[in-house]
Amino acid sequence: MPFSIQDLQLILPEAFLLFAICAVIVVDLLVKPTQRDVTHWVSFGAVAATLLLVVIDRGADAVGFSGMFVHDAVARLLKIFMLLIVAAILAYARTYLKDRRLHVGEFYELVLFATLGMMLLVSAGSLVMIYVGLELLTLSSYALVALNRDSSLSTEAAMKYFVLGALASGLLLYGLSMIYGATGSLDLARIHLADTGVGGHPSLLLFGLVFVVVGIAFKFGAVPFHMWLPDVYEGSPTAVTIFVSTAPKLAAFGMAYRLLDSGLGALAPHWSLMLAILAALSLVIGNVVAIAQTNIKRMLAYSTISHMGFLLLGLLDATPSGYAAAMFYAICYALMTAVAFGMILLLSRVGFEADDIDDFKGLHQRSPWYAFVMLLTMFSLAGVPPLWGFFAKLLVLKATIDAGFLWLALVAIVCAVAGCFYYLRVVKVMYFDAPTEKKALELPADVPLRWLLSINGVALLFMGLFFGPLLTWCYRAMGAG
Amino acid sequence: MITLSHYIVLGTILFCISVAGIFINRKNIIVLLMSIELMLLAVNTNFVAFSRFLGNVDGQVFVFFILTVAAAESAIGLAILVALFRNRATINVGEIDSMKG
Repeated sequence: MPFSIQDLQLILPEAFLLFAICAVIVVDLLVKPTQRDVTHWVSFGAVAATLLLVVIDRGADAVGFSGMFVHDAVARLLKIFMLLIVAAILAYARTYLKDRRLHVGEFYELVLFATLGMMLLVSAGSLVMIYVGLELLTLSSYALVALNRDSSLSTEAAMKYFVLGALASGLLLYGLSMIYGATGSLDLARIHLADTGVGGHPSLLLFGLVFVVVGIAFKFGAVPFHMWLPDVYEGSPTAVTIFVSTAPKLAAFGMAYRLLDSGLGALAPHWSLMLAILAALSLVIGNVVAIAQTNIKRMLAYSTISHMGFLLLGLLDATPSGYAAAMFYAICYALMTAVAFGMILLLSRVGFEADDIDDFKGLHQRSPWYAFVMLLTMFSLAGVPPLWGFFAKLLVLKATIDAGFLWLALVAIVCAVAGCFYYLRVVKVMYFDAPTEKKALELPADVPLRWLLSINGVALLFMGLFFGPLLTWCYRAMGAG
Repeated sequence: MITLSHYIVLGTILFCISVAGIFINRKNIIVLLMSIELMLLAVNTNFVAFSRFLGNVDGQVFVFFILTVAAAESAIGLAILVALFRNRATINVGEIDSMKG
């Protein structure tokens, strides 16, 4: 099929972002190292302009480039939130990077390339696009984790991430090759038709499905494919951890939705059981191991694993309302984690990473407002009403029960209660322990960081009280009415 | 007569060797990188075999994408390895274990 000008209209935000990245690279070459803020603002502007292009795009659902690129409400919603989060992260990361001589153009270029990969991934209409989008995201992430190349921990984390990530991509690809062999097509829409139709090779397709589910579980970081996650979170610079832990999870949800629903929707009875096992293991192991952690980045890594368990619960039902609940959860998770890591960025300064739970001791006496923001975040992560995290959990639990996995819903509730322990420990340390340093908290002079972090934290409470519009938007995007 | 199943079996054997290479190897990170390459080549064999069998060129186009990405992937892998070696002066898998728990 020839390509038409309408196709270009569909990828306008992506095309714009690609050219903007090229501009960022050139600008970064021209500015002096002391003027790196110019690169920061150009990158921030690029993300903001791309966001604007996605928001004003009111075009109808369409498929471009012979089925390669899907332009629909789900992709649009995910892109809006991914770009919002990336913009916030650029603002959060600046001071941290500056203090550690890591404020280099590469950070911005890699984050933007990863963002482009995520945007392509959630719009993928073919297996090739899934692979290319995913690799653009992960290859950029490997390099980002190794950003602090003089740090032994950072490079070690990057190496582990690289080996396990490449293994995951290999497994996913092997599954994709089997699906291609069984259905004779790389196009997700045609794969969907092929496996419901006559013929086909069901055993080959199921074989491929197992590998695809393993690949997806790796990208989410679901147990037993979670080994990379704690090391990457702990080892990479916090400014990179905050990126790796937030927006890519939305992209992983998009990938799972495209592959499992748009592509292999007819095999839902098979994959939903696999996801149920992954979810149960993630919930139990994530919550139990998190209790034993003293490093807050590592604790949040295990908390991520348990949250990915909750996210998978939403997918089990294989219905639009279940997907909507999972998408709502993914957005909520990404914004909660952004505040949690943002707080670590805010408290850290040169020679002090603030990555131990004890570093939060007595924060209430030193800075009541930021202690309150952290309290909101921890309560929201734990799922305490009326915060956002509670309603997100409630919706995925409802989807689980609708799917007939009552045992799993019970496991999830028990795990959520057990999980409260380590979130509340952070609150206890902040409010009831004596601070190690008596003087008031020395806040960085970075105004955007402080304001955005406060807004982001208060948003968790606000969204808990007024979650209706976003939920309706998720339902409508998924076509659940 | 060589049939499709021969190629699929070959792909599977290559794939199993590469997975075994990643999990059994406790000595050398370069062997890990080689195993990863082998895994992608196993997938390529599959794609080309299916493409030929189905009489549809899509699979072979996918192989070009995989080859290109694999090249970028090994470039990044080796770059990380160089950075790691400068910090640790070792590429022994068993010694890359400063983070645990």
